[in-house]
Amino acid sequence: MSVLQEISSNVKNMKTLEYSLLARWTKQIKEDLRQGVKKPFKEVIDVSWGDPHRGGVKPLTFVRQVLAACLYPQLMNGEKLPVDVRQRAQKLLDGCAGWSVGSYSATGGLPEIVQRVSEFISRRDGGVPSNPENIFLCCGSQWALTRILNVLVNAEAPYPTGVLTPAPCYSTTTLSIEGLGGVVVPYYLSEERGWELQVEELHRALESCKGACHPIALYVINPGNPAGQVQSRKSMQEVIRFASEKRLFLLADEVYQGCIYGEKEFVSYKRVLSEMGPPLSDTVELASFHSASKGFMGECGLRGGYVELVNLDPAVKKHIYTLFCADSSPPVLGQIALDLMTNPPQPGDPSYLLYYQKACEVINSLQGFSCQAVEGGAFAFPRIHLPAKLVSLSGVLASPGSDYGQEEGTFHIRFCILLPHDVLGELLRRLSDFHTQFMKDFS
Amino acid sequence: MLSLTTLRFPLVSLRASRNSPARLGSMLSCRRRASLPAPGRHKGRIPEWDTETRTDMRTVVQQAVSGGPLHTAFWEDEAEIGAGVKKPFKEVIDVSWGDPHRGGVKPLTFVRQVLAACLYPQLMNGEKLPVDVRQRAQKLLDGCAGWSVGSYSATGGLPEIVQRVSEFISRRDGGVPSNPENIFLCCGSQWALTRILNVLVNAEEPYPTGVLTPAPCYSTTTLSIEGLGGVVVPYYLSEERGWELQVEELHRALESCKGACHPIALYVINPGNPAGQVQSRKSMQEVIRFASEKRLFLLADEVYQSCIYGEKEFVSYKRVLSEMGPPLSDTVELASFHSASKGFMGECGLRGGYVELVNLDPAVKKYIYTLFCADSSPPVLGQIALDLMTNPPQPGDPSYLLYYQVRSRSTVVNNVKKACEVINSLQGFSCQAVEGGAFAFPRIHLPAKAIQKAKEAGMQPDTFYCLRLLEEAGVLASPGSDYGQEEGTFHIRFCILLPHDVLGELLLRLSNFHTQFMKDYS
Repeated sequence: MSVLQEISSNVKNMKTLEYSLLARWTKQIKEDLRQGVKKPFKEVIDVSWGDPHRGGVKPLTFVRQVLAACLYPQLMNGEKLPVDVRQRAQKLLDGCAGWSVGSYSATGGLPEIVQRVSEFISRRDGGVPSNPENIFLCCGSQWALTRILNVLVNAEAPYPTGVLTPAPCYSTTTLSIEGLGGVVVPYYLSEERGWELQVEELHRALESCKGACHPIALYVINPGNPAGQVQSRKSMQEVIRFASEKRLFLLADEVYQGCIYGEKEFVSYKRVLSEMGPPLSDTVELASFHSASKGFMGECGLRGGYVELVNLDPAVKKHIYTLFCADSSPPVLGQIALDLMTNPPQPGDPSYLLYYQKACEVINSLQGFSCQAVEGGAFAFPRIHLPAKLVSLSGVLASPGSDYGQEEGTFHIRFCILLPHDVLGELLRRLSDFHTQFMKDFS
Repeated sequence: MLSLTTLRFPLVSLRASRNSPARLGSMLSCRRRASLPAPGRHKGRIPEWDTETRTDMRTVVQQAVSGGPLHTAFWEDEAEIGAGVKKPFKEVIDVSWGDPHRGGVKPLTFVRQVLAACLYPQLMNGEKLPVDVRQRAQKLLDGCAGWSVGSYSATGGLPEIVQRVSEFISRRDGGVPSNPENIFLCCGSQWALTRILNVLVNAEEPYPTGVLTPAPCYSTTTLSIEGLGGVVVPYYLSEERGWELQVEELHRALESCKGACHPIALYVINPGNPAGQVQSRKSMQEVIRFASEKRLFLLADEVYQSCIYGEKEFVSYKRVLSEMGPPLSDTVELASFHSASKGFMGECGLRGGYVELVNLDPAVKKYIYTLFCADSSPPVLGQIALDLMTNPPQPGDPSYLLYYQVRSRSTVVNNVKKACEVINSLQGFSCQAVEGGAFAFPRIHLPAKAIQKAKEAGMQPDTFYCLRLLEEAGVLASPGSDYGQEEGTFHIRFCILLPHDVLGELLLRLSNFHTQFMKDYS
């Protein structure tokens, strides 16, 4: 028996995902396939992750060349690598202690990279200034989100801390909130209106907190995960006003900002906030997250993310920083991936053409995909039944909607759409065949 | 060119976690400290924190972030050097980190070749890379989804790598079995330690949770404990006996908890940091019996296991536990940590670590795993670094000779010996034998005048010494007050995993400075 008599209820409250059941089944199916057991498919298409490379998307050459050169600088001898690759690697190594990516960096990231990320943010936001002192590079955006939640969620207050989160919502966020002793307060996105965020629903959700928890933050994800909606500027302004009025800390997860397919453009919460002018622009506290894991870079395994803090009380920022320190420093190669994402090759650079050609391939493969209006993000989230049957009968591993929260009586699956054209084609074929058969069997 | 305006954190930061100078002072204490006023709520929405430990955190943070003298001076020096200001030295030797590459140690070629090939497989075309590098990279990529190191791995790490790590552990421990299901790869060992502490430290209990930690101790661990609402319960290592861990001291520390906290875990680090002691098997057995008797979870930080310089061999806690036989070997709960950041690899920036759990209640293991999931998966390249560390080139492999030539143990052993000799030859300096680890932690016998001067300047005496060392000799070391030390003693810590010439330069500057300092303040 463990010396631990009582596990903290916070940790106990972190629910196990339904997905883990599916993952076990998939493992068995893969083993069966290896043993030569006959199945209606030769391999499992795993689209349960938001992981483009897993789905078959190739890494960007420029990115991999720079990273390889940083790791093994001898590659820069001679002319085998394009000159822009060599120059970039040199510059990055110049910023590393001991000229090695194997050295610890400062906790918040290598200063030169942080500086360039801040310039990227400013360019993206049409000139809204971005201060490097408010930017922290981290081991993936999820890591930073969890640390910031750690500061916000106070397990000792008389009432537990509440965080408004969308339903459906990416499960790691809700897990993190619960693990810290916080309460997830769902606000339902309106499926019939393209998964729109309606401010009346925010009000309802807040009302539901009364007497149960003390709401402190509002988490939004734009573009959405699992539902691929892109928020309108008007909706974002409403959210900001709501956050200000109800004194909520705004957590804006914007990791899919590089994945936009429809007509709506992405605009950052920081920009919208800034354009709303004082007093809002000076007072609403905001944390905005981005990452090198998504978009056409898709470098999930490198763990490169950042968070930008806006209008934070300096004392609060200090606490956040201290928490960051406890895990030492973020992976240097992940930081480099961020640098390359925010500062891609420019017209005229030797690597420019190839870089953008590859990036377009991924986006273009989505043109054949029209079963659901996916405006952005990495996933489709259609209504469907029985994801367990889907994996055993069709060899498609998607994740069940119950892991994300959904309206009572509705069922969905989520699957990644950042795939090469041929894989996406195969996926859609299997999905339609399954769906047709399913409807036949159960009608 | 460096300038203060482009530096974000002129405090190399607030690695208040690791070894940042001064400021942390006497964190290691069970005694209650006076509360500080809560941070201002002008714009903030953060609720008041009114627990003792959160207050302690504020103390730490406010002191740390307000601009410790040492690192501010470091950056000023760097800036001035960049600007061409004349100084008695051309560049600063930064030995405040346990970071071999920073100190000038070159990365291992085999490691970097494999990593580069994994990132950019086109490098494997042709014969430019040795065949063993190509084969290893192929094998590793075969284990990655989409044949890319850019894919997420499973939360606990790529299964093939976990399997090979378990085989390494078993070989290391003379055949004691190691189950891959109990091994989790992670983003640095510190990350795993913090998550496990998160499960152990229960902030809701009537008494705060206590964790016995050595004094002196690596500061990130103590920070993590306090950040979770736990209490650090120090047990003092005996400097006169080569920083030995004495079980009577463990008993005393435990006694001191009564009525103040509920002790749940015992953290040991072997080889030590900052003090470079290697535990004897006998001492480890005593620790295990103590942990069993007092029902404590044993956290064994073994990241420096490959940095051994003296005659004592490293033996893992898992092995000692296993050899003690039942009932101990079946019941004592143990978590053992290792990493690719230290030793000859020194790949700190890649973030490759692992934890092995022994005798854990399956329910507890499940919760640990859930916590690991919240941060997604560990960096794949860090996992690969671990794989290479646990499975280096073998005799006959093309890369074998170069790999072991660079990793010459005798050079390091000689370096360490030399460092101790030089320090011990200086008046006012004494250093216990550095048997292992990455640092020397000599004691400075400061004259009263120097102590007085430090007090007037409002800083700890060893911080004052380190500041002068930086300003006059261009050497950045960390003061002992960051790690906890017996009242009235002073130490400095500096990294010794350096190239021969850099170490030589370091010792030269240190001796000259020290001699002058003692003269000035006698």
